[in-house]
Amino acid sequence: MAEKDEEKEKRKIKTVAKMKEIMTAYYIDAKTAGQTGKKVAWITSGGPVEPLIAMDVIPVYPENHGAMVGASKMGADLCGKAEAMGYSSDLCSYARADIACAPINGGPIGGLPRPDMLVCCNNICGTVMKWYEVQARFFKVPLFILDTPFCHTGFSAEAKRYVKGQINEYIAFLEKACGKRFDYDRIKEVGRLSVQGQRLWQEILDTAMNRPAPISAFDAFFHLALIVTLRGTQQTVDYYKMLLAEMRQRVSEGIGAVPREKYRLLWDNLPVWYRTKWLSEKFASHDACLVADTYTSAWCGALRYVDENDFLGSMAECHTRIYLNIGVDEMARQVIEMADKYDVDGIVMHSNRSCKPYSFGQYDIQRIIREQKGIPTLMIEADMVDERSFSEGQIETRIDAFIEVLKGKKS
Amino acid sequence: MKQIEECYQILKDPNGYVKRFKAESGRKVIGTFCSYAPEEIILAAGAHPFRLFGSGEKIRLAEAHLQSYCCSLVRGALEDALGGRLAFLDGVVFPHTCDSIQRLSDIWRLNVPACFHLDLILPVKLDTDGARQYMIDVLRRFRGELGEKLSVTISDEELRAAIRICNRIRAALTRIYALKGERPEILKGSVLYALVRAAMIMDRTRAASFLEEVAAEMEKESTSKAAAWPKKRIFLSGGVCNHPDIYTIIEEAGGEVVGDDFCTGSRYFSGLIDEKADPVTAIADRYLERVVCPAKHRGLTNRADHLVRLAREKQARGVIFFLLKFCDPHAFDYPYLKEALDQAGVPSMLLEVEDRLSADGQLRTRFEAFVEMI
Ligand code: SF4
Ligand code: SF4
Repeated sequence: MAEKDEEKEKRKIKTVAKMKEIMTAYYIDAKTAGQTGKKVAWITSGGPVEPLIAMDVIPVYPENHGAMVGASKMGADLCGKAEAMGYSSDLCSYARADIACAPINGGPIGGLPRPDMLVCCNNICGTVMKWYEVQARFFKVPLFILDTPFCHTGFSAEAKRYVKGQINEYIAFLEKACGKRFDYDRIKEVGRLSVQGQRLWQEILDTAMNRPAPISAFDAFFHLALIVTLRGTQQTVDYYKMLLAEMRQRVSEGIGAVPREKYRLLWDNLPVWYRTKWLSEKFASHDACLVADTYTSAWCGALRYVDENDFLGSMAECHTRIYLNIGVDEMARQVIEMADKYDVDGIVMHSNRSCKPYSFGQYDIQRIIREQKGIPTLMIEADMVDERSFSEGQIETRIDAFIEVLKGKKS
Repeated sequence: MKQIEECYQILKDPNGYVKRFKAESGRKVIGTFCSYAPEEIILAAGAHPFRLFGSGEKIRLAEAHLQSYCCSLVRGALEDALGGRLAFLDGVVFPHTCDSIQRLSDIWRLNVPACFHLDLILPVKLDTDGARQYMIDVLRRFRGELGEKLSVTISDEELRAAIRICNRIRAALTRIYALKGERPEILKGSVLYALVRAAMIMDRTRAASFLEEVAAEMEKESTSKAAAWPKKRIFLSGGVCNHPDIYTIIEEAGGEVVGDDFCTGSRYFSGLIDEKADPVTAIADRYLERVVCPAKHRGLTNRADHLVRLAREKQARGVIFFLLKFCDPHAFDYPYLKEALDQAGVPSMLLEVEDRLSADGQLRTRFEAFVEMI
């Protein structure tokens, strides 16, 4: 038994403690903004946070909050409350949970700090725009929408002009909301730190190319919080340096995220927040490691379009050409690229009732992968926050059967 | 009215109608989704815009591409395409609206190879100068791309002629709706439904004169003395409505439909296009200024203001929300629209429909209860 604990201890990621510390300090900072005179902006996960940092505005992420609601298993209750307010049970559960939290300060941290402004970028979905309209009416605060035209087959010159123009509108919006001038020198520094943070995040995810992978997608779901929330700060850069060092150390010592890594899998779509532990143990029990995922890697996908010397100028392209804002065939291409890079044996797709733009098209992606690579795929039906849509028995059976398929292929 | 008979014939088999029309006129047929498809440009290219709704066939083939939590409009249209029922289409146009249509466009492009495919990536927010410029740019691009696909150049003159036809249709439907609101008993709700629907399917030149005739006849009839009229005035709100039956059920329950803000209703035809301005700019302005669909943004209370204003104007006693299940944009707006109506003292009820209407008896009881209450 003692030996077993030791084994477990060895596998624990040590920087986790530091992460919890940073996030706690951040939420305290945000929750006390009213007393310290700082402004708070709510922003979508795909939104441009750097200008906020440059303006000393505290960014708050309702989606991150949604994930916390899910992980604390408060999703079903809050989603039910939203339904009582008239919101259909078919809407995104992040939105439902957040809308239900606002009037009652509900959720695991007693509600999010009141926003002074809302910043919504529709590069991930149309849901966020509707959701932020609801909150703008509720809190009676100004809303800025960064409208990033969808790139079915490419990014047109007109679209580029349109988004570029909006970056200036965004800055004007912030100047008005904050009552001060935008600092163009400061944004250069913030931009540099943001790019550095994204590169480090990519490097961390890339350590999973090793066998065994020192980090799994389940770990990445957790460590993602900083690149989403505090991108563009020194703190984030320092933290990811530490995490990267730890991962490299693990690689050199041959420590894997899963004790006897045999099968390497790729995860698609958002996590099932209320079941990450169960799922990770389930896969580990089959010696399967989720070595990569399409979700956490979205926060370094923009690296291919960023221009470090013209951060603001390249922002339009970075925010428009992200993973969810492109056509299904391009998504399939990127999934295949990842499958090759991380050398995976199978792909697990979460068909997520909450997220239509992420989930519709998955069947075609599955087909394309099968045709082009012959890699087995597993489709799991669930929801990221609303645990009422999770059927444990059914999913367990499907995972077991899937592993049998992989076994058959390996032997 | 004989025009109405013509309408019913078309709606009985829209695909059959359009196939015949195509053979006779030699026009190319372009399938469109949603009321943001600029029919003017398609007409100006000498082609025929044909709105796709999904014929309501059982979903089999589309199952392999779209999960069960996708709205019946999107699944139904794909089912028709995969089943070969839309093989007469020369092309299809996807205006960017909701997340589901957005993905349908991709899936269609990858799986329905026979017809050409154009995406029209409209702005989502419509209330800024930048968005207006982008809208104009996108429509210009569309004019060029569509011309290329059809091997024609679309002249300003042709655009103006198409705008005039569309304006005639819009003006006629506006008159018909106004008359229906004033004297609901002179036109059955199911007929109103049939008229708007046919206008999205049939030859537009024919539609324009035919709707003008209907409006003129209604005007004549409306001069007759109004009968004492005990029915309660109902306004409908929602997205796509494929169910003419609800009008009849409402009428039988003691109500009378006096107007709607459906995308297959008044949102389709409200707002005329300036016939003198630069045509593309004028088209852009109409789509920017028209009352928005919930997948677009034009201020925080635009839709509620509009709904309350219309309900008052039409002296509606109550509003029935008719929403498609799994339709996110409409579902997000429902609570605030309802609240705005509550504050204005207008009672409302919600009817959520998957694809078929629920057993008729149950619906009848709900409508009766609502009509009685208001
Ligand atoms: S989960 Fe999907 S629908 Fe919900 S906010 Fe995120 S991207 Fe949008
Ligand atoms: S707006 Fe609603 S009904 Fe229309 S396609 Fe989208 S989800 Fe379906």
